[in-house]
Amino acid sequence: MRNNDVRKWLIQPDFVVERDPDKCIQCQVCVRQCANDVHVYDPETGLVSSDGTQCVGCHRCATLCPTNAISIRPAQLEFRPNANWTSSAIKNLYKQAETGGVLLAGMGNDQGFPVYWDRMVLNASQVTNPSIDPLREPMELVTYLGRKPDRIEFSREAGGLALTTRLETQLELQVPVMFSAMSYGSISYNASQALARAAKEAGTFANSGEGGLHEDFRQYGSNMIVQVASGRFGVDMEYLNVAGALEIKIGQGAKPGIGGHLPGEKVDAAISATRMIPEGTDALSPSPHHDIYSIEDLRQLIYALKEATRYAKPVSVKIAAVHNVAAIASGCVRAGADIVAVDGFRGGTGAAPTMIRNNVGIPIEFALAAVDSRLREEGIRNQASIVVAGGIRCSADVVKAIALGADAVYIGTAALVAMGCHLCQKCYTGKCNWGIATQDPYLTKRLNPNVARRRLVNLLRAWSLEIKEMMGGMGLNAVESLRGNREHLRGVGLTDRELRVLDIKAAGE
Amino acid sequence: MLAGSKTYLAGIIYGLSGFAFSAPAGAGVWQRRSARVIGPNQGESMSKVPDYKDISGCAISGVMSESGRLFSGEAIIRSIAAMHERSNGLGGGFAAYGIYPEHKDHYALHVMCENEEAKRVASGFIARRLDVHHEETIPTRPIDAIRARPILHRYFVSVKPGELERNYDLSEDDIVVEVVMEINSSIDDAFVFSGGKNMGVFKGVGFPEDIAAFFRLEEYEGYIWTAHGRFPTNTTGWWGGAHPFGLLDWSVVHNGEISSYGINRRYLANFGYHCTLQTDTEVIAYLFDLLLRKHRLPMEYACMAMAPPFWSQIERMPEDRRKIAREIRIVYGGALLNGPFSVLVGHSGGMIGLNDRIKLRPMTAARKDDMLFVASEEAAVRELCPSPDLIWHAEGGVPIIGKLGKEVSAGSAVSADSAPAGRAD
Repeated sequence: MRNNDVRKWLIQPDFVVERDPDKCIQCQVCVRQCANDVHVYDPETGLVSSDGTQCVGCHRCATLCPTNAISIRPAQLEFRPNANWTSSAIKNLYKQAETGGVLLAGMGNDQGFPVYWDRMVLNASQVTNPSIDPLREPMELVTYLGRKPDRIEFSREAGGLALTTRLETQLELQVPVMFSAMSYGSISYNASQALARAAKEAGTFANSGEGGLHEDFRQYGSNMIVQVASGRFGVDMEYLNVAGALEIKIGQGAKPGIGGHLPGEKVDAAISATRMIPEGTDALSPSPHHDIYSIEDLRQLIYALKEATRYAKPVSVKIAAVHNVAAIASGCVRAGADIVAVDGFRGGTGAAPTMIRNNVGIPIEFALAAVDSRLREEGIRNQASIVVAGGIRCSADVVKAIALGADAVYIGTAALVAMGCHLCQKCYTGKCNWGIATQDPYLTKRLNPNVARRRLVNLLRAWSLEIKEMMGGMGLNAVESLRGNREHLRGVGLTDRELRVLDIKAAGE
Repeated sequence: MLAGSKTYLAGIIYGLSGFAFSAPAGAGVWQRRSARVIGPNQGESMSKVPDYKDISGCAISGVMSESGRLFSGEAIIRSIAAMHERSNGLGGGFAAYGIYPEHKDHYALHVMCENEEAKRVASGFIARRLDVHHEETIPTRPIDAIRARPILHRYFVSVKPGELERNYDLSEDDIVVEVVMEINSSIDDAFVFSGGKNMGVFKGVGFPEDIAAFFRLEEYEGYIWTAHGRFPTNTTGWWGGAHPFGLLDWSVVHNGEISSYGINRRYLANFGYHCTLQTDTEVIAYLFDLLLRKHRLPMEYACMAMAPPFWSQIERMPEDRRKIAREIRIVYGGALLNGPFSVLVGHSGGMIGLNDRIKLRPMTAARKDDMLFVASEEAAVRELCPSPDLIWHAEGGVPIIGKLGKEVSAGSAVSADSAPAGRAD
């Protein structure tokens, strides 16, 4: 037995790892692949054995096993069924009794809240208007993010009409899907590079997160949105000016109202240089920006950034979807934001207190409906684009989000999964076997940035094709005709109140 | 020209008798609830605001004298009747420009009311903010096919000077729109269906040729006539739901379905337009009003906003035009009309035909001398003009623009390269 900790924990393991002795060839791939030391090779017997105690269910070993000898199942040993005291509630109590600490979790809220995307269905044309075949007709997904004027003005000149309206800089997206903020530090160099290169290749944007922009990634700046967060890591004039757009991070869907913490062990030389902090020190992002305690302070930061970049870059403000999100978003627009990014309570994270991740914030579907409606009621919807994040899983979610009113979406978890993430939710341990959420060179080299880039580009291509098919079915050939077009959504299994907040009709109406 | 005084008398009689005439066994067919009762000429109601989107296929036709010559409605009636098969008797209507020369400086409000009480309330509303210079029952004649019908009345009005002083930020047009929207959204059983100067909309439930006969349209003379025959797929016999849809002097007849309706409606709300009818057509009229009257876009660019070129086409445009097209698409994305449509828009200054950008509905245009013809089918054009100087199928997204006051000389009006490209302006 390898579990040589004399204390016997009260916690039962989450997974059972089974090895089929008829299939196992003792090749030790699993031993080398598992950063959690689940598999061990005994040179005396020449046999590989497994202990599921430390298994996180990331499937790295099972995926790479050349003979498919490994299977991983949830541990069958269950507590007496109890609808109130669930096994996860009990295990959490044991953990806290052992450690006296805050429970941590990675990725997004995994609780059983309703997924409202799945309670909305899309429309299609029949008879009275023809559907449009995207294989035969143009189908346009090009999206421009940024502040738009109410109207265009012309002046009459000798040679005819001349345009007098000057558009503010817009971000041009070939597909209305961008990569969410994921900092270098929370994810590896290779993962960051793959995201940046994929964004460039697919004609969209990746987001630096709050960890600065590595020297090597500045070449992809025109396809990067760089964040200015409460820690101000890596922010200097070059950082701001190399980017396509700037984003002030106020909050994050996975942990609204609290800051971030990259432990010092992860701050190696490269991360230290990128974040502009000493090597080995904790990178602490405070909960609020210490220069933003009200909306007028936000306005000052927005305009400080615009001044610094000579008004050539759109400024986004990212907020978590909280109860009063519509009024907050309206305030952000009035404070000068060109883009408002709203992150729902299913948004992912490298690390968040479990209680906050699972209990704070609201579903993005409601937040989006409320923000879009509010900005329209106030007549300022054209002054800012709305980008939503937090739980976009597939192209149908994208179509539904756009129909509810989003200009574009951010995907984080979906992009990580495309690169290989198996959602084991242990990002905060730094032992990501897939080489994504880790800085351990032994692990990070597993993620080939070329392969990861290609997988991300493939994902966006596949989603584009699906979005075009769905739009064509609705008889729409430009994404702007889908945006905010709630006539194409119907609710299934929603209460009257929910339908009203979403401002959609019930199926059959 | 207005019809003679005899017709007024007849009109008054029929208009007043409408109420008593219509209700079979107290079924309350005029009432709001009955808006969904099906069937031409028996269950129809004029109650307002069906709570669903209006989907219909249709026939449209329009004819205009660009030199402003007045001609009888007889022509347009023949043209729309030639496309009888495209309608199903659940709606027909006409818009005519230049028909009220003796009241040309006053807004002509055409109002339909379910009963005398609604008419009394509507009259009170109108008189509160507007000076009524003349009012009368809209003349009609008895037609077998048209039985149930509302009280039809018209008012020639101007905005009270005091109203303009009080609302110094509004134009006369804005105040008239406010009054019309107020009546249409707040008075039960009364509906203003036309409100421009020196023009009028005439419409109802029935085949267009029957509606024309009912309204005695051959007795009017105008320089632009548009017409509509309706084939609604969710049948609602509501007089107000027929085309044309009018706002100020805009009139819209429309064949098709606007798949982008949901966002167009919300986009317009941003600018204070509140769509009450749930019809695609209403949205089109408001968009023209917004883009041309309020935003003062040149006609060509307003049409470009509604049926824009594809990005791939914009890429290939010359620099200055590319810049304009790009900005229009970015700024006016909410005004893009997506889905199949052919539409004819009338206004005092002319007539515009517009097809959706991939041309999913038919539209044919022709020119002869100072006349411009646009219709769903070539047959409807040939009915009026067997040998046009030029006849062509409208291109998707390329507007056909008829402009009043154009100098017409025999050769230039029909130069073969300008007309088909829709640059007739």
